[in-house]
Amino acid sequence: MKTMVLQRFGIGLITLLVVSVLVFAGTEILPGDVAEIVLGQSATPENLAKLRSELGLDKPAYIRYFEWLGDMITFDLGISKAGGASIGDLIGGRLYNTFFMGGIVAVIAVPLSIFLGLLAAMYPGSWIDRVVTFATLGLISVPEFFIATVCVLVLSVQLHWLPAVAYMSGDESFLQLMRALLLPILTLVIVISAQMIRMTRAGILNVLHSPYIEMAILKGVPRKRIILRHALFNAIGPIVNVIALNLAYLVSGVVIIETIFAYPGLAKLMVDGVQTRDLPLVQACAMIFCGTYVVLILTADIASILSNPRLRQPK
Amino acid sequence: MTEMLLEVKDLKIQAPKENAPPIPIVKGVSFNVKRGQVVALIGESGSGKTTIALSSLAYCKPGLEFSGGEVRLDGQDLLQMSDVQHRDIRGRRVAYLAQSAAATFNPAITIGEQVTESSVLHGILTQEGANKRAERLYRALELPDPDRMGRRYPHQVSGGQLQRLMAAMALCGKPDLMILDEPTTALDVTTQIEVLKAFKKVIREEQSAAIYVTHDLAIVAQIADHIVVLYSGRVQEQGSAEQIITRPAHNYTHRLMEAVRPPPTSVTHEEYTDKDDREKPAIVMDDVTAGYGKIVGDEPQFTILRNIDVQVDKAQVVGVIGESGCGKSTLARVAAGLLGAAKGKVVMEGKTLQPSMLKRSKDDLRKVQFVYQMADTALNPKQLIGDIIGRPLEFYLGLTGKQKRERVAELLDMVELPQEFANRYQMELSGGQKQRVNLARHLAAKPDILLCDEVTSALDSIVGDNVIKLLTRLRKKTGVSIVFITHDLSTVASFSDRIVVLYAGRVVEQGTTDQVLNPPYHPYTRLLITSVPELRIGWLEDTMQTREAAVGIARGVELTAVGCPFFNRCPLGIEDGTCEKETPAYRQPAQGHVIACHQELENVIESEEKPQMILKGYDKVGRESQLY
Repeated sequence: MKTMVLQRFGIGLITLLVVSVLVFAGTEILPGDVAEIVLGQSATPENLAKLRSELGLDKPAYIRYFEWLGDMITFDLGISKAGGASIGDLIGGRLYNTFFMGGIVAVIAVPLSIFLGLLAAMYPGSWIDRVVTFATLGLISVPEFFIATVCVLVLSVQLHWLPAVAYMSGDESFLQLMRALLLPILTLVIVISAQMIRMTRAGILNVLHSPYIEMAILKGVPRKRIILRHALFNAIGPIVNVIALNLAYLVSGVVIIETIFAYPGLAKLMVDGVQTRDLPLVQACAMIFCGTYVVLILTADIASILSNPRLRQPK
Repeated sequence: MTEMLLEVKDLKIQAPKENAPPIPIVKGVSFNVKRGQVVALIGESGSGKTTIALSSLAYCKPGLEFSGGEVRLDGQDLLQMSDVQHRDIRGRRVAYLAQSAAATFNPAITIGEQVTESSVLHGILTQEGANKRAERLYRALELPDPDRMGRRYPHQVSGGQLQRLMAAMALCGKPDLMILDEPTTALDVTTQIEVLKAFKKVIREEQSAAIYVTHDLAIVAQIADHIVVLYSGRVQEQGSAEQIITRPAHNYTHRLMEAVRPPPTSVTHEEYTDKDDREKPAIVMDDVTAGYGKIVGDEPQFTILRNIDVQVDKAQVVGVIGESGCGKSTLARVAAGLLGAAKGKVVMEGKTLQPSMLKRSKDDLRKVQFVYQMADTALNPKQLIGDIIGRPLEFYLGLTGKQKRERVAELLDMVELPQEFANRYQMELSGGQKQRVNLARHLAAKPDILLCDEVTSALDSIVGDNVIKLLTRLRKKTGVSIVFITHDLSTVASFSDRIVVLYAGRVVEQGTTDQVLNPPYHPYTRLLITSVPELRIGWLEDTMQTREAAVGIARGVELTAVGCPFFNRCPLGIEDGTCEKETPAYRQPAQGHVIACHQELENVIESEEKPQMILKGYDKVGRESQLY
């Protein structure tokens, strides 16, 4: 088992390296470089050459790649071209915002999804199951901006219950903060739960057809215990993987939600960086997103290894 | 408390259909179980025996429903009770043992928790008390390491052990009635004896009543007091075990008795006539070593087969026999090229074949066909039977259109199925019919060699018997060579020309069927022969007293790189360590007969005394004499 876990770690590291090459190569292929962007209109060949040698841009690409990689590893993310602020500072606050909201959404959505998925699987064909299945199918098919817009329309515009913009001044109380964030959180919970609920339900139902579940019924084991003790452990693999993918989405894929609610998160920062051609910023964001994915998938893999006694305790 | 524990009266069970009248499955069955009595429900698959047995737990398989009758446990009708009452009965008063323990144990929960779960949930015992009782049961069932067994997971114990652990699971709550559903069908003969013996012992000690569901009369004869013979959801006859086995009244019971596999004795075969053809080898495995994992030098990481020399002549049937884990399937996989040999070669018609099928020519592939055990999974459920059989015709022989259709019809004729089946799907066919389609598909390639991997193991005895007869006719008609892999010695004895006995990846004995089934034997062959159940009350007790049983039964197969792998189960083992350390020499008692053993042949023969007696016993209770 140890070797399997180490293997997963190794694969995770390799994935990160490959992505770093792709990210670097991607920004390299784009026309123009930082020197041109910084100089803008005042770019003469002499100025460019001077700035390039100052910035080390005249070195061959692979050397610059390793320099950049070394900086990344030591968390020296460089200087943003916009205003010359340190990218580390720029990202820091945004990263906190993203993880703050993502964390709250995860804490609500994951237990809720597993609970609803189990409930639907426990009584397949019942009205609970039908409502859950129908609702989740509907929500999966609807794009997230639509859900967000509907939420704003109903809860803010029509009912005036909640603010439409997740504005944070930095000195509000926790309750005020929650009130401000409630709409984006609600939207995200709806968006990511649907998939997790369906996966939990499908995973459990699949296991419920096994002979060992029939055996548990014939032993007189109550239904609740059959689901929680006998079925859930055997369905954990696929469920944690879907959870991991959805949590990764909370970090990197929420740009639309962040835009709609004007929430200062990391994904929005990256999109802004693309618009202003702030390449070091884009690179740093890309690496953070990739890192999050790798860590989450790694955690899911290890969780499913640990939940399987065949792998945990071989013969 | 009355003497009668369970009374089943006019039980009816049906399968409801949408837009159609329900299909009756159980059509008015009545029988009783007294306290401490073992009642056997016997019949082929489809006779409703499991469905009837499950009714004593008030349980119906999904898709079925009770439609009439009563099932009274101590006078109370189970079918009138609520779900909560059912839960209270299940596991506490009535316990169930399923056919496949491997599938019925939850892989994610420790054995101890599963064994004690029911009795703790029902409040019969505290967790601590249940653990103690479980440990006592492990001891009674002769399981290894009883004090630590509970902490292990199902994948960490063998199939035979799991089957006994299921008995512990059922007995832990001290039930009044146990339902045993084909609990030994999936096991090897030697394991079957061991499990039967353990069951019989605990049933007696715990004074529990039992319903034993099986299709095998020979097993029933060892364990049942009362027998109920079922066919198509109806009782054909019932009576005491002695009465049914010695004086069966009903025709169907006679048929079941005929299907009991006869003791393994060689029978004279119809010789394939073309003598010239016969002498030529169809396929030869020359000093083959094979296994899985990375190959270093001549050794794979996990070596399964070692130094295999086997020759199959044209139009010959060669039976390959051994317990599970002996490498029987691996042998076929090497011949087919699914697994490349690490050392040695496979020769066909004088030509050395490429080890891997990926490098073999289409024609070489065509000549060796591999028939899988499970026709269910080997036939694509989304394809018509005609397309399944037609595919090799197109691929190997280039037949299309009308030619192909005609050949498909011929092949269906050949396996004795109606030609209309070409337009059906596999799901509409019975198990035996599917296996015939499976055979037809491989015959379509016009092979020289048919590798049959346990093709009758998943079938009922009567259906399996018919498939064997079909294979015999096909061999005669087409001159194909057949390698028949099985763990069932009687089946192989009934129609093979030669038998190869595999143990732990080595050939321990091979020769003509006559040579292998008569002394001198390899000690392992003798163990296999003595382990085949006979249709005779008291056989189990007799067998357990033989020396082979004392040493060899209850131990598993271990693959070893040096020495004789059978050493730890052998009654003739040489004490000075020879058997353990040195690979045994091949001894040739007769032309074509090979035994791998350290003992001198005369010792092997001398030590025959007792087994020979048993063999005489076989002759005495041969099939003819068994009936009356």
